[in-house]
Amino acid sequence: MAKPKVALYWCASCGGCEEAVVDLAEDILKVVDAVDIILWPVAMDFKYKDIEAMPDKSILVSFINGSVRNSEQEHIVKLLRQKSQLVVAFGACAHLGGIPGLANVANRKEIFETAYKLTHTTVNPNNVYPQPVTEIPQGKLTLPEFYDTVKSLDQTIDVDYYLPGCAPPPDLIMKGVLTLLSGNLPPKGTVIASEKSLCETCPRNKTKPDKMVIKEIKRIHEVIADPEKCFLAEGIICVGPATRGGCGERCINANIPCRGCFGPTKEVIDQGAKFLSALASIIDANTEEEAKKITEQIIDPIGLFYMYSLPTSILRRKQGV
Amino acid sequence: MMNENFEPKIIGFMCKWCTYAAADLAGVSRLQYPPNIVPIRLMCSGGLEPSFILKALQEGADGVFIGGCHFGDCHYQTGNYQTNKRIAILQKLLEEMGIDKRRVRLEWISAAEGTKFARTIKEFVEDIKKLGPNPLKKEA
Repeated sequence: MAKPKVALYWCASCGGCEEAVVDLAEDILKVVDAVDIILWPVAMDFKYKDIEAMPDKSILVSFINGSVRNSEQEHIVKLLRQKSQLVVAFGACAHLGGIPGLANVANRKEIFETAYKLTHTTVNPNNVYPQPVTEIPQGKLTLPEFYDTVKSLDQTIDVDYYLPGCAPPPDLIMKGVLTLLSGNLPPKGTVIASEKSLCETCPRNKTKPDKMVIKEIKRIHEVIADPEKCFLAEGIICVGPATRGGCGERCINANIPCRGCFGPTKEVIDQGAKFLSALASIIDANTEEEAKKITEQIIDPIGLFYMYSLPTSILRRKQGV
Repeated sequence: MMNENFEPKIIGFMCKWCTYAAADLAGVSRLQYPPNIVPIRLMCSGGLEPSFILKALQEGADGVFIGGCHFGDCHYQTGNYQTNKRIAILQKLLEEMGIDKRRVRLEWISAAEGTKFARTIKEFVEDIKKLGPNPLKKEA
């Protein structure tokens, strides 16, 4: 019997998810033994036209990482959807919009101006910006169209499963791959991770005081965090209470607070609003003035509450830009 | 932006013990106030999830009114203190998100303050009329 076909594709991502696949180390040999990789742009040479020539549903599963922000990415993920039985959103960007999703505080014009004009290292006296089509004597040159708004994968195509994380930890990847190959499929829409919040399994949970009260908000670079104590109890913002567990607490163990890359738990729609609510509950402020004063210590609320989930939040993007 | 015919739609989240009772009092006292508010009764303003406010705005509400008890009066001791902190942070987030924070208004109105309720809603409706329609409103 022919081995099942698997595609790996990247959209707007940093390449960390591709690294995570390589980080499977010896286990990757088991995967390669079990499947035929028919598309993996980062590692192997394939042509899009070969995928286009395949019959529909002939790929068992496509693992797609990165958010969708240009027309090429949109085209390929739609193509992969058509050719695949299953699509897995691989990593925080495909799952929630991710770090590239923070570009939703701006639009294409602002992003191009910053990237191609305003940065100190850019010299662009003729104001040349990327264009979808450029006419030259030899013919037409084309580039994918860059969109105003970054989308998660499931805002572009139907997604069957989600492997969360920035990047997904190798043990979860292995678990996901083996589950899909076993044919014993979980319900559609399953996020392959814990159903509980990170705090449930956090090794620092036991140091959490019964009543948590913070008088000021500290930023991680301003203090040396105690390697044993709950970050929030110390006044350092940690998004653990509003984040799905299952990551293996890699950041916590490196003495870095959670930033929320696993996204919200199943019951929560808007991770940022949920965290905002949790944070407000532990702030010690009994008057409107005190609340206002401590609110001023929250620098960059979008980046803090929605570091990985702005495109999939209720408001999705900054308005009026 | 200012449209003479613009009638804002305002979602009101009000606690059962104070502001909702004040709205009842305003009603039985036959006080006049604009009919733009859609009241939703909560047990406590402290039970209001910030995501409900975001959802109301995303679905096109021009304003969101939150009414709770005065400090010290909460039926559940501290619910209104939580509301106070939540709304303060939420308003900061809204400003960053490009939504005028005046679209979300928090007031403490006791069950005895029917006139304050009527006056507050009148003021809020006027303020929202000045701000114009919610830019997130979907075309009908």
